[in-house]
Amino acid sequence: MMPTPIETASAGVLGLLFIVVLAGIFHRNQRLLLPVCFSLASAASLLTAVAGGWAVGQGLTEQVVMLIGLPDLPFHLRLDPLSGFFLTVIGLLAFFVSVYSIGYVKGFLGKRSVTSLVIFYCLFLAGMFMVVLSDDALIFLISWEVMAAASYFLVVFEDEQVENRRAAFLYMVVAHVGAIAILLSFGVLAGLATGFGSFSGYTFDAMRSARFPVEWATAAFLLSFFGFAAKAGVVPLHVWLPEAHPVAPSNISALMSGVMLKTAIYGIIRITFDLIRFFPWWWGAIVLILGLVSAVMGVLYALMQHDLKRLLAYHSVENIGIILIGIGLAMIFTAFKLPLLAALALTAGIYHTLNHAMFKGLLFMGAGAVLHATHERNMEEMGGLIHLMPWTAVLFLVGCISISALPPFNGFVSEWLTFQAFLLSPSLPSPLLKLLIPMGAALLALTGALAAACFVKAFGVTFLGHWRGHHTPHVREAGWMMRLGMGMAALTCLLLGIFPTLVIGWMDTVSEQLVGTGLGTSAGTLGWMWLTPVAYERASYSGPIVFFGILSVVVAAYLLLHVRPGAIHRVPIWDCGFQKINQRMQYNATSFSMPIRRIFGFLFHVREQVRLSPQTPHPAFPRRIHYYLRVRDRFWGWLYRPVIEASFWISRKVGRLQQGRIQAYLIYSFITIIILLVFVR
Amino acid sequence: MNLTIAANINSFLAALVLLTAFGMLVQRRMYGLIHLFAWQGLFLSVSTAIVGFVAGKHHLYISSLLTLSLKVVLLPYILHVLIYRLRIQKEVDTVVNVPLTMLIGIALVIFSYHLTAPVRELSTLVTRSTLAVALATVMIGLLMMITRRHAVTQIIGFLAMENGLFFAATSATYGMPLVVELGVALDILIAAFIFGIFFFHIHTTFDSLDVEKMARLKESD
Repeated sequence: MMPTPIETASAGVLGLLFIVVLAGIFHRNQRLLLPVCFSLASAASLLTAVAGGWAVGQGLTEQVVMLIGLPDLPFHLRLDPLSGFFLTVIGLLAFFVSVYSIGYVKGFLGKRSVTSLVIFYCLFLAGMFMVVLSDDALIFLISWEVMAAASYFLVVFEDEQVENRRAAFLYMVVAHVGAIAILLSFGVLAGLATGFGSFSGYTFDAMRSARFPVEWATAAFLLSFFGFAAKAGVVPLHVWLPEAHPVAPSNISALMSGVMLKTAIYGIIRITFDLIRFFPWWWGAIVLILGLVSAVMGVLYALMQHDLKRLLAYHSVENIGIILIGIGLAMIFTAFKLPLLAALALTAGIYHTLNHAMFKGLLFMGAGAVLHATHERNMEEMGGLIHLMPWTAVLFLVGCISISALPPFNGFVSEWLTFQAFLLSPSLPSPLLKLLIPMGAALLALTGALAAACFVKAFGVTFLGHWRGHHTPHVREAGWMMRLGMGMAALTCLLLGIFPTLVIGWMDTVSEQLVGTGLGTSAGTLGWMWLTPVAYERASYSGPIVFFGILSVVVAAYLLLHVRPGAIHRVPIWDCGFQKINQRMQYNATSFSMPIRRIFGFLFHVREQVRLSPQTPHPAFPRRIHYYLRVRDRFWGWLYRPVIEASFWISRKVGRLQQGRIQAYLIYSFITIIILLVFVR
Repeated sequence: MNLTIAANINSFLAALVLLTAFGMLVQRRMYGLIHLFAWQGLFLSVSTAIVGFVAGKHHLYISSLLTLSLKVVLLPYILHVLIYRLRIQKEVDTVVNVPLTMLIGIALVIFSYHLTAPVRELSTLVTRSTLAVALATVMIGLLMMITRRHAVTQIIGFLAMENGLFFAATSATYGMPLVVELGVALDILIAAFIFGIFFFHIHTTFDSLDVEKMARLKESD
């Protein structure tokens, strides 16, 4: 008998849970544990990805009622195209990262036990798979919490450093505040679906078949959007992200940034398009505006960073913003009953979800390889790594090009689709929106340009130029397994960029499920070579032709340079025409981002000081100059500091209740009894 | 004995119980306090016996005997020994001054009469008028625990509260089932032993039985 997709996916999840047990058994033999567990994890992830891809491709919807659950409230699972799509995204990246981990985690061997890393890695993956598979509020929240708790332990894996514990704590707090909001939102939906006397409203099926009054639906939407935005790192709830991602081991950062944030996107789509279904247009406007703010702010913050992983973390904020732009537009178009445009915007959003998972996973793996080799996260201490780590450099460059939305890689396709959705917004009936939404396109364009600048900086400072550190580096190229993991991700980036029409044809069932129509027919009017999102006379893009065009130019340039002897000659690197420049004098990350810091400085809390050393005999002849720069998030002071201080203030006030005197406690009970006797008798 | 006389005697005993409760509230000497507690137990026991006789519930005799042996003989004896061993001769110091405590106590009595007014309307039992007194005894016991600083007086306050509860049970429903009574009596006995043991420990640790001193246990910030 053929297994069905949902059985295959469940087998993958069970496989991951089996590895948890296995890791406990192999605890004594760390050297064996590592390859066995991670290769099994990669197989389980691939299996789940295949199951998801299968469900999307066939447009299948399957439901299963599990045998376990709370008394009288069994758990429900469901695999439909939407969850299948996210299963594919998560499973595919988890596969690449698991392969990469076989090499990467070796770096910890001999320093500390990796058993807990393996166990929580598998629980983390299983939690994410279950989040997208679950079909009732209970199992959804349980999986959500398993995912959050497991990722907490992964963030805090190197727990001897205070910084890591602080970051993990911040992450935990934000995750739980978000989870409470999601819980409340499900409470509202479940209560309204079947009435507050019955418990059967907790299944998504009951919510799907209910019709909610608009004010309660709005409350549920706002609560769940708050919760998911906290997980996704939407500005202004993004502060945990640049703290937690850099301190986690890099394979974990790749998963957290690449796919864990996507579960929040999944949640937003599931609640709005699938469970509530009918919503006013301004919900979409909220999502769109927050998406735009996140995109612009995220990339600007990223430009200010010189810690490689922190920079990538801020780029996750930006890309989540871009995804939300697509989803917000889709919501607006749906509310105005324009299904084809909604399908276009939604496709752009979820295509970017897939793309971001691939290239951000790749970039974090690359950053991990650099970190593994140099033990350094600060870009200002690196440089010239392209000579020492050519493979990593090339693969990282692929990630950079993809995230900067340059053809022929995948980032271009999804951002181009988002622009198409923007440019079609004049067909909206509201004149105000007609005017305002195209301005969003301008902001998105700004984001793209700034992202490109940021990755010129990231790649240039890390891999080009001279080594900037104090000591000569002992850097070795990343191992084969790491290169394999990154290589597969890079190849996926390229393929997703070259064959967008095929990919859109594959994932068309998702938008058919959610907005009622797909892009498949209009997108592929001219065959698989050409992507024509709405109509071919309007806009079209051909991945293969652009790819071969670029490839032929590159090959021609290479041949021209290498055929003639003497055409290439080596000169000192980055000396800007000066002689005898030393490595401390080259262009660095801070100087590269200086113009942008000048222009957008008002958005940050910048403190910059130039100070001459005290031994200087005369200001004209300084012996040494100290340059001090600190760029901080303004949101921290605006939004978080007041909340933190208020909670401490309240705790101190409440703490006064605890007197340590028996009489005081007796008085509390006495007064309580009296009050109860007076009012409740 | 007809019902009216029984009810009158019962009300009189209730008045005596309340009087001893107030007496405990103002009594500053430790030995006096224990004697008052013993008297309260005696009145309670007699009242229980009378209620048992009038209502024809013979298990109340056993309750009455239990009260007599425990609360009139055994517990005061244990407390006596405790005070003698720990040499607590000095007067009991209070947190709030005595007249104010008395006023609060009177307010509590009025409050409990107000509170039990609906019950008195509905009930047909002989003992219905004493419910208010029982409730007042409970609250005065709690008040005593709040206003006294010495650990032994707190225990006496606690035991007085238990007396009030017992009284409330007899007056509201002609007593709880015998099994429950036995259980409660045993609990009280065990509690008294545990208190005794703890007092020795507290005394050796803090050199005093003043509960104010235990505030030192609080985690300071």
